[in-house]
Amino acid sequence: MNSIKFLYAAYIATWLIHGLYLGSLARRYSRLRREMKDSDKGR
Amino acid sequence: MKRAFPILAVLTALLLGYATYQALVVAPTERTMGDVQRIFYYHVPSAWTAFLLFFVNFLASLQYLATANPSAKRVINWVVIAIAVVGAVAPYIPQVQKQLPEGLYPSSVATTAVMIAVLYFLVGKFFIERSLDVLAVTAAEVGVIFCSIVLVTGPLWARPVWGIWWTWDLRLTLTLVLWLIYVSYLVLRRFSDSAQTPKLAAVLAIFGALDVPLVYFSIWFFRTQHPQPVIGGGGSIDPRMLHILLMNWLAFSCFAFLVCWLRYRLEIMQRDLHEAQALEALLGDGLPPSSARTGSPINRTPSGTGTA
Repeated sequence: MNSIKFLYAAYIATWLIHGLYLGSLARRYSRLRREMKDSDKGR
Repeated sequence: MKRAFPILAVLTALLLGYATYQALVVAPTERTMGDVQRIFYYHVPSAWTAFLLFFVNFLASLQYLATANPSAKRVINWVVIAIAVVGAVAPYIPQVQKQLPEGLYPSSVATTAVMIAVLYFLVGKFFIERSLDVLAVTAAEVGVIFCSIVLVTGPLWARPVWGIWWTWDLRLTLTLVLWLIYVSYLVLRRFSDSAQTPKLAAVLAIFGALDVPLVYFSIWFFRTQHPQPVIGGGGSIDPRMLHILLMNWLAFSCFAFLVCWLRYRLEIMQRDLHEAQALEALLGDGLPPSSARTGSPINRTPSGTGTA
């Protein structure tokens, strides 16, 4: 049974999910930063 | 606090790296399953972390509802105290003790019941009104991420061991239902703009949290295809495996804490910004700039630790 590929797939999938979520947080942070700048400029 | 984050992030990264090394290299190879059993070191800690986060979501939602209605708060406080007292005493009554599954100690039940009450009051003490709702949405979102990992790594373990990716086993089905409940919670938060949304979401969260003990105890009370509990419940585990499992759980818990920290800050700042924008839109140019900006997050940077 070549189970080692399933082991690697599980570990890679775990960090892929965490990475995607952290990426989405970073995107939301940069969007918020942009909104703050726009809000400051609007004054 | 601002300085603590990078230090904690580095420490957590080191701990995660070390825990992964232990899981992949140092942990003994399981005799029947072979190397694929090492998925367990990511699967189980992710599940425990998800349960913990859903529990935090439950407590924050309960406190949020209680805070919204002072008379209800008194009732809820007394119900929580009653649960703690009954939970601490009942497991020691011989008739009740007989009903407990093998490996579930009365002291564990009593400690859990008391801890629920203590955590409930701690959440109420350190988070107030809006921050309770922010804590709830933060815990739910990060919890869904960890629960997704459970649902992905589980089938990757099952395929080589059981020969199938998925079966409608009680534990698996209830975990999928749990994930769906919290995804629907997040969808509700994302797409509903009503002022009642936080309350509706809190009610959904309380009912959703009822699924957590069902998932956890499903393998204690029912015969399922899912492996039996390795800690308690009559199960056993090699002490070296247990040590590495707990180390991975600690690493994932620290990681979850940091991710929650980031998500919490983001939510607070988003809400502050939108409130400030709404205020400015309402008052227009009639508002003196200094008063409009007092306490607003406009001058804060997203990495800052201004409120909360």
